[in-house]
Amino acid sequence: MLAAIAFYVFAAVLVASAAMVVTARNPVHSVLFLILAFFNAAGLFLIAGAEFLAMILVIVYVGAVAVLFLFVVMMLDVDFARLREGFQRYAPIGFAVGLVLFLELAFVLWAWTPAPEAGGLRMHPQPGAEAGLSNTEALARVLYTDNVLLFQAAGVILLIAMIGAIVLTLRERPGTRRQVIAAQLARVPGETVVLRQVPTGAGLKDLGILRPPLPPAEEPEALPEPEHHGHGGGHH
Amino acid sequence: MAGDITEMAIGLAHYLIVAAILFVLGVFGIFLNRKNVIVILMSIELILLSVNLNLVAFSSALGDLTGQVFAMFVLTVAAAEAAIGLAILVIYFRNKGSIEVEAISTLKG
Repeated sequence: MLAAIAFYVFAAVLVASAAMVVTARNPVHSVLFLILAFFNAAGLFLIAGAEFLAMILVIVYVGAVAVLFLFVVMMLDVDFARLREGFQRYAPIGFAVGLVLFLELAFVLWAWTPAPEAGGLRMHPQPGAEAGLSNTEALARVLYTDNVLLFQAAGVILLIAMIGAIVLTLRERPGTRRQVIAAQLARVPGETVVLRQVPTGAGLKDLGILRPPLPPAEEPEALPEPEHHGHGGGHH
Repeated sequence: MAGDITEMAIGLAHYLIVAAILFVLGVFGIFLNRKNVIVILMSIELILLSVNLNLVAFSSALGDLTGQVFAMFVLTVAAAEAAIGLAILVIYFRNKGSIEVEAISTLKG
């Protein structure tokens, strides 16, 4: 009974927030409703007994993907009012296509009955309560044994996506000061460290030194550090 | 064996109906926000979420863990797709100063 109430609440909020995602005037609101939708989908996963996937959904989607969307929406200076110009024009055709699609899905669901032999065709039967396995452990036993190649392939896909996203968005802008690791590693103490004889009680000002001498390749603007002092340059 | 279908606390059909509504809303969103790529990407996320909901519901109803494993892979691919899609969006905005989908058709090789 409690599960039924929870299911209907989660399902109702999920559908309502999904509707708000596609119709919200402000894309920031869309992203926030998307986060709400993911939370409620995680609740539905929990009711279905997929605890691990529910947690993954919260961590990966809410924690990473939705925040990624939020960053892009907020950082791009887009005129969103202009993007909504065709809203009313496309609403009827979208509504018609959606209605047809939903009716088709409803017909499929209406006419569908599970195959009688479906229970015998299970590839990885869920271990019962007597096995004492949590959902996470049972999933891991399937994932790391029979599906280990697919698991590694998923990792490769993520790596490729990461490299692709970095390569796409990385740009060299003139005027940015970036770390030149080769120049940094090529420095030797003889070029940068000067050992001086200092009399007792004399400060640097008495010696006529305000700061260490700069290398010959000096920039016109008087910056306190030479060019190849990057973030990681600890060779002072 | 067919008795396995009704083992869940909530019937399978309930899940399938919710997933169908979610899928249709995602498709509707693609039509509605024809110009706004960000909302189109979010609609695709909704569609993939509905697919995941279906997979999990069947996995739970049939007592087969394969559905949950597959849902995890769908999740992985969806995350990769969102990252790449948003990266393309960012460089497109950097070049064109707008994210209108209709202007993307002017892209050439």
